[in-house]
This record gives sequence, C-alpha cells and structure tokens, in this order.
Amino acid sequence: MQTTFTPEQLADPLTARSNEILRTCVHCGFCTATCPTYKVLGDELDSPRGRIYLIKDMLENARVPDDKTVTHIDRCLSCLSCMTTCPSGVHYMHLVDHAREYIEQNYRRPLPDRVLRWVLARILPYPGRFRLALLGAKLGRPFRRLIPDARLRAMLDMAPRDIPAPSRNDSPQVFAAQGPRRKRVALLTGCAQRALNTDINDATIRLLRRHGCEVVIPRGMGCCGALTHHMGRTGESHAFAAANIRALTAEIDGAGLDALVINTSGCGTTVKDYGHMFAGGPLEADAARVAALAKDITEVMADLGLTDATHAVPLRVGYHAACSLQHGQGIKATPKELLAAAGFTVLEPRDSHICCGSAGTYNLMQPAISAELKARKVATLEATSPQVISAGNIGCMMQIGSGTAVPVVHTVELLDWATGGPRPQALRHAA
Amino acid sequence: MTIAMPAPDAQVIAQRPQIVAALRAVLPADAVIDDPHETRAYECDALTAYRCPPLAVVLPRTTAEVAAAMRVSHGLGVPVVPRGAGTSLAGGALPTADCVILGTMRLNAFLDIDLANRYVRVQSGVTNLSVSAELEPLGFFYAPDPSSQLACTIAGNIAMNSGGAHCLKYGVTTNNLLGATVVLTTGEIIELGGPEPGPAGLDLLGVLCGSEGQLGVVTEATLRILPRPEGARPVLIGFDSPEVAGECVANIIRSGVLPVAIEYMDEPCLRAVESFAKAGYPDCPAVLIVEVEGSKAEIDDQIARIRAIADALNPVEFRESRNADESLAIWKGRKSAFGAMGRLGDYICLDGTVPVGQLPHTLRRIGELSRQHGLEVANVFHAGDGNMHPLILFDANTPGDLARAEAFGADILRLCVEVGGCLTGEHGVGVEKRDLMGDQYDPDDLAIQMQVKDVFDPGWLLNPAKVFPLEASAAHRAHTAPLAAAE
Ligand SMILES: Cc1cc2nc3c(=O)[nH]c(=O)nc-3n(C[C@H](O)[C@H](O)[C@H](O)COP(=O)(O)OP(=O)(O)OC[C@H]3O[C@@H](n4cnc5c(N)ncnc54)[C@H](O)[C@@H]3O)c2cc1C
Ligand code: SF4
Ligand code: SF4
Repeated sequence: MQTTFTPEQLADPLTARSNEILRTCVHCGFCTATCPTYKVLGDELDSPRGRIYLIKDMLENARVPDDKTVTHIDRCLSCLSCMTTCPSGVHYMHLVDHAREYIEQNYRRPLPDRVLRWVLARILPYPGRFRLALLGAKLGRPFRRLIPDARLRAMLDMAPRDIPAPSRNDSPQVFAAQGPRRKRVALLTGCAQRALNTDINDATIRLLRRHGCEVVIPRGMGCCGALTHHMGRTGESHAFAAANIRALTAEIDGAGLDALVINTSGCGTTVKDYGHMFAGGPLEADAARVAALAKDITEVMADLGLTDATHAVPLRVGYHAACSLQHGQGIKATPKELLAAAGFTVLEPRDSHICCGSAGTYNLMQPAISAELKARKVATLEATSPQVISAGNIGCMMQIGSGTAVPVVHTVELLDWATGGPRPQALRHAA
Repeated sequence: MTIAMPAPDAQVIAQRPQIVAALRAVLPADAVIDDPHETRAYECDALTAYRCPPLAVVLPRTTAEVAAAMRVSHGLGVPVVPRGAGTSLAGGALPTADCVILGTMRLNAFLDIDLANRYVRVQSGVTNLSVSAELEPLGFFYAPDPSSQLACTIAGNIAMNSGGAHCLKYGVTTNNLLGATVVLTTGEIIELGGPEPGPAGLDLLGVLCGSEGQLGVVTEATLRILPRPEGARPVLIGFDSPEVAGECVANIIRSGVLPVAIEYMDEPCLRAVESFAKAGYPDCPAVLIVEVEGSKAEIDDQIARIRAIADALNPVEFRESRNADESLAIWKGRKSAFGAMGRLGDYICLDGTVPVGQLPHTLRRIGELSRQHGLEVANVFHAGDGNMHPLILFDANTPGDLARAEAFGADILRLCVEVGGCLTGEHGVGVEKRDLMGDQYDPDDLAIQMQVKDVFDPGWLLNPAKVFPLEASAAHRAHTAPLAAAE
C-alpha cells in the first residue's frame, strides 16, 4: 500500500519499521478470514486489514488516538493468525506492538481502565503478588454478584479453586542430568504460571533431566515482559526483558548454554523477539544471542528424541494449538508428533487455527469476545471426544479448563508421564 | 489516478445527519458506522489505488435488515454500494463520498444442505471456501474456486461472476448458481431461480450473476454442489520460455484431454510464491500446474497423455505431486500468488481473456510492451481458458508511477480485445476497466446494458459510477436527483 510518512517521521526507527510493514500489505483481505475477532464481530474494523488501516491512519497523521481506533486495537488478541495467513509476509506483530506503545503514550484511557491496567501490570508479572491476589480472589468469589465491572468479575472467575504452594523447583539452582549430559539448558520459569500451576515446571525439569539435560534456573530471571509489552507499557516490559538478558548472558558466558527452554508459548514468542525489541540499543547483541537460544520445550524434545515412551495409558488427546505456538513461533506439527510418538491418539479440532480467547490478559480486558471464543473452542474440542486436552500454554489451559469437564494438561505433563514420570495431577482421579 | 469518479451529490452530503439517524432508527446500534476514523477503513477494496471514505457504513445481519436499509436510502435518494469481503481487484466495492456502503459479511449462516438434490442454500456473506469446508465431511464441494476463496464471499462471487483454477472443467459462478434472494433498490425482496434446474421464463438469475452490485443486493443464494472426485493430482511442467508454455496449453486443450485446471506462473511470480508456500516449484522462466482428477487409472492415463504432449516441447522439468501434502503446497502457492507478489512491491493486477491459441502471441506482445513502458510485469493465470492476469509492478510512493502502470495495463487489455478476447475474465469491470468498455462494446451495446439497469434500478442508486463509462451513463445517472425526503 501507498504510505505518506514524511522523511522526518521516517527518521524514527519504529516508524520506519511500520512503514516497511505497511508497504508490503497489498490489502488483499486474506487475513480477515482467519481473524477470530472478525469471525465474531463481522466488521472490517475488527479484522487485521481494518486494524492495519486504522494504525496507518493514526501513525501517518501523528494524531492523538481516538476512542474508536483504540477500541478496535484493544480488541485484537495478538494471536497472530493473520501473520500465518498473509501471503505477502506482513509483520503484523511489530506493527500492532508499535501502535499499542503509541496509544499508551498518547491516549488517556478512562479512569477504571487505567486502574485495571495498572493493577494487572503491578501484579501478574510477580508470582508472589499474583499468588496473594489469587487467594484474595478466591475469598472474594462469594461477593461476585456485587461487582459492577464485567472485567473484574472475569478476574475473580479466573482464580483456580486450588492455588498451589510455591514450588521449590522454581528457585535459582542447577539440576543435574540423569545419565550422560547431552545438553545444558536454562529454564524460563515464568511469572503467572508459577503461581497458577507448579506441575508444569516440575514436569519439564523431570522430562529434560531424564533426557540428559542439565537444567539451570538462572538467578535474576523473572517475567519475560510479554504481559506489559502487550499493554504497550514499553518501559516496564523492557526492564523485565533486560533483566533476563543479563541473567542469561552471565550463564552463556559462564558455564555455557545450549538452549533457553520455554514452556509457556506466549513467553516464547516474546523472548524470540528480544532481538527486535532491543535493536539499535546497547543490549542488541546480547538480546539477539538470547533470542537465538530460546526454544519451545517441544522443539528441544523433538531434537532430543523421546526415549522409552511406553509408560502412559494411550489416551485420546485433544490437542489445542496455542496461537503463540502455531502462529507466533510457527510450531505446528512438532507437539502432535511428540504426543503420537508417546503413544497417544492425537485429535485435532476443527478451526484449530482460531484462538481460544485467553490471549494473555485479554480474557480479563475483553470478557465478552473472550467468552464467545472460549465457547467455540470448547465445542470444537469436545466434538473430537477427547479423554484429555493438552496445550502448550498456561493461559489456554486455564481458559479452556474453565469451560469444560474434560481434564486439561500441559503437553509436557503427558510427555513426562509417557517417559516414566507421574501421572498428571489432572488425570489422577480419572480412571 | 486517471479514472475519474463523479462529484458527490452535495444535497446528499448535506443530509448526512438525517441519513445516519434514519439508518440508526431501523438497524441495531452496532450496524451503523459513521465515525470518520472508522469509515476510512472502508475506503477501498483490493484495488487500493482508488480510495474514498463513504458517508456511512451499514452492516446488517438479515435480509429484513438489508431491506430496511435499502428503504431508507431509497427514500432519501442516497446511493448504495454493496460490499462483501472487499477483495475486488476492479474497485467494485469502491465507495463515493455520498454513498452508504452496505456490507453483507455478517449474513453468514448456512440455511440448508440438501445432498439428494445436490444444492446448498446459504446467506450470501459466507466465504467461498467455507462452503466447501462445510461440505467436505459429507463428500461434496462447491466448484468455483477463486484464488481469493479463503476470504471472498458468495455475494461478491455472484456480483463478479467469479471464476477460479478449477473452472476449466466445472464452469464459473453462473454455471453453479441455482437461485438467489435479492433486495431491490426499493427494499422489495424477490426470489430468482430455485433449487430445480432451469425454471421457466426469462433467465433473470443469469442477468443478476455478473451484474456487479448494480441490480440488487443478494442476501441468500442456492448453489449447485458436486460429489468430491475420487482423487486428484497436479503435475508441474517447467519450460524455458513463456511462449512454449503457452503452446503446451494450446496443445493440451487441442488434444481433447480435459484437465480440471491448467495454471501458468512465470519466473518473478514463482520467486515470490516459493518464499511463502515452499512448494518446491521448478526454477525456470515458466511453469504450468496441470491438475487431473478421477480414479487412479484415469489419473495415470491422463497424465501419460499430458506428458507426451509436454515432452514434444522439451520441458525443463515434469514432476507429478507425490502426495496430498505436496498437492496442497502446490495449490497454496498458486492461490496466494497475488498476495505473495506484495513481497516484490506494489502492483496492479489485470484480468483479460484471450483465445487459448493466442496465448503464445499475447505473452510475447506483453513482454514487448513491458520493455516499451519500462515496467516489470509478472504473469500468473488460468491458462486453460485463456484468462490472463498480468501483474504490473510499480512503486506507489513514486509520483507518476501509477499512471505509467495504468497506461501499460490499458495497452494489455486492448491487446486482449484485439486478438479476439475480452476485457475481463472474472474480476469484473468495476472502475478499473470502466473507461475501456468502449473498446469492447459499441454505444448501442452499452445502451442496451444500461436499459437493463434502468429496469431494476430506475434511480441509479446502486453502485452507480461503475461498469459504464461516465459520459455514457450520465443521462441515466441524472435520475439520481434525491427523491422527496422521507416523511
Ligand atoms: C489475491 C486475490 C486473488 C483473486 N483471485 C480471483 C480469482 O481467482 N478469480 C476471481 O474471479 N476473482 C479473484 N479475485 C477478485 C475477487 O476476489 C472476486 O471478485 C470476489 O468475487 C469478490 O468478492 P468479495 O466478497 O470480496 O466482494 P467485494 O470485493 O466486496 O465486492 C465485489 C463486487 O460485488 C458487489 N457486491 C458485494 N456484495 C454484494 C451483494 N450482497 N449483493 C450485490 N452485490 C454485491 C460489490 O458492489 C462489488 O461490485 C481475487 C482477488 C484477490 C485480492
Ligand atoms: S493478508 Fe497480508 S497483504 Fe493481505 S490484507 Fe492481510 S496483511 Fe495485507
Ligand atoms: S492478531 Fe489475531 S485478533 Fe489481532 S488482527 Fe491478527 S488475527 Fe485478528
């Protein structure tokens, strides 16, 4: 598409990047067809092509964002389905990230919105605070009906019934490989996941060690920065990311690392983009090194190969493809191949490319659209009659789990079980 | 920009608040859009060189809501431009400043699937691909398959009489359309055709199909469906020169073998597509994708005959698809060719038809014109029925470049007419080819076509500035004078 940025505007690297992206979009409309919000709302303005247009108009005119533009961009899940679909290679992710940052800097949200965002940004990335909040939410649940804001109600609903105690495995330490060491890897233990579900990291560590990996939990690592990044709060997200980059650089330059293993695909997408995040700054080289080492757990396991995967009951597994995995990182077949190699029957729901509506904090910010997407996803998954549902992202697990009676587990829990680990917690009471 | 649009009607623009209020009174709150930041996203379709934000956008969900919106616009004398998915490459859904865009993409329900009588009834906003996807588990499919089928709607397909790769065997939209529910400009709802083949009387459905949103708004459609073939297999044939590939197409058609599809892609296009689809296309100046279908024996037999024809022309490569994944990748690449060309730069996509025997000559002439105009051109098209899609590359951010590309494009389309072909194969006339209609039709032909529009839409309120050259349609459009304001 034609663009009308002035040379002065293009001097700003972010704007230059956005211009480059806009210039590759031919406005063919293919991406509209696979956009979850367009499917639900049926308005060009809630489609990728429409958002690209809104963003173009806002940035070109360097104008104060208007309410409508902000609404349509807020409704974007950042599921990146549009990027998988786009034949022209339009990097929607960098464009919408730029737009979010621009909005955050130039738009004054209504007070309740600001408060909500501030609270989320202050709590979610910190496992300790988040755990307390979850406990509070659990206590608050009986008063649910008294709460006026649908978004706050959605927060209460999100709190799981059982809030796990912190796992000691998540503290900085080194786990020795079992048998001869094949790789030395770091594990991103994450933030919200540590408060919501400690089984995932425990299973990941067991799985990796069993396959000859020495697993390091580096000191000084925390949230990857994705949560605040998606809110356009660049300062905070860069601070989180920078801390991780420093911690990992120390590890890389010290005992060395073969990979940074990530088992929350939402984080994986962001960490793999650290190079772009810090482009042109002093951390650029280190950020790129970390990004290059970042691997989803399924990529690492495919590389290692499953050994003696004979221990699990060969259940029918409904595989939910997390958007951050299939669209953000382009990992589609690997998890299914691993599950099949571990003896499970893998079932794929119809419209597997469509988001479940979890999308980071989206289920809290946009409860109506999120609930509709959840209902659709649960229906298509249940239509495959699975005995268990597996996903590679904690957000999706919580979202789908809150809509179905079928147990939901992380893919690593099944792989851990198949190769000699314990039966996943969610399957203990099932036959 | 060389294609003019008529000046907007100042009286209509002055009435904007009343028009929006009247639409709001009959439609749900989320179905009327008039914020200028929002209407801007509706200012063009896939022909982005031409843009104009509409006065308002309405997004009805039912035939009744469409009719209500039409009654309001009719009463206030407001032009209406129907819009499906906005993938038109001819500017068919381009707004004017005084028009209401009526988007039918929310009409997306499946109403009836009747396998015994081989038809489906859908609301017109369903996407083309979703029809076949819905039918797949039942063993059926809907044949017309525009490359844009992932996104474009049945409404747009009917309006443009769209075609696709597999139309060589199964025909285009008009050959697969059985009936339609249409809202006329007055808001009156009529039914044309129906599930039974060939109803008595004038074939008004045939008139509607390809009428580019000028006669009525289609809200429902009954479509012919077919059982899925037992099997299908594409082969890739690479050649050293475009002309020889063109010759191969003519020889295949002449031999009496009827593949389901014969598609052509040249080198610049292959480069762009390979980086998206990774289908492993041969690396040479011209490639044909020829697909045959049937039982395994039928497929083997047809491919053997095609191989013999190709071998006589010394192909660089002849490769059969080995499995379903490979076939999928080959087609994914072809179907995303236009989009993928965006990786190379801006382009305008043409759509002309020539007799298949004229393909080698036409390809050679296009090459010459390309050198003459100093602009690069890529070719990707439905070769089997001579439907060419030259893509002219230019730089939208360089002033004057678009005009040069358009001049080159007009020369190519005139060339198509000259060799006995036609201005459009499947994308429609829209605004893009509007001013070339005089090269194809004489004034009498155009007058008769416009009289048909007069019958359906006497006030010329539906998509009025398209298809017919403005001078030719001026007298007809003059009826557009606003009627008495609604009571
Ligand atoms: C990448 C790409 C590839 C393409 N490949 C092909 C191809 O292979 N074959 C082909 O034939 N076309 C192709 N096209 C062109 C385009 O997709 C078709 O013309 C398609 O049918 C348009 O459908 P739409 O829903 O997007 O309609 P729109 O673009 O929204 O509208 C097209 C026309 O239909 C009218 N219209 C829309 N809805 C209605 C309605 N409800 N009632 C009455 N009129 C209506 C509009 O006024 C307009 O004149 C391609 C386009 C792109 C961008
Ligand atoms: S698919 Fe890509 S090129 Fe086409 S409109 Fe969407 S972003 Fe633009
Ligand atoms: S990221 Fe997802 S929700 Fe956002 S525009 Fe793309 S497809 Fe739509």
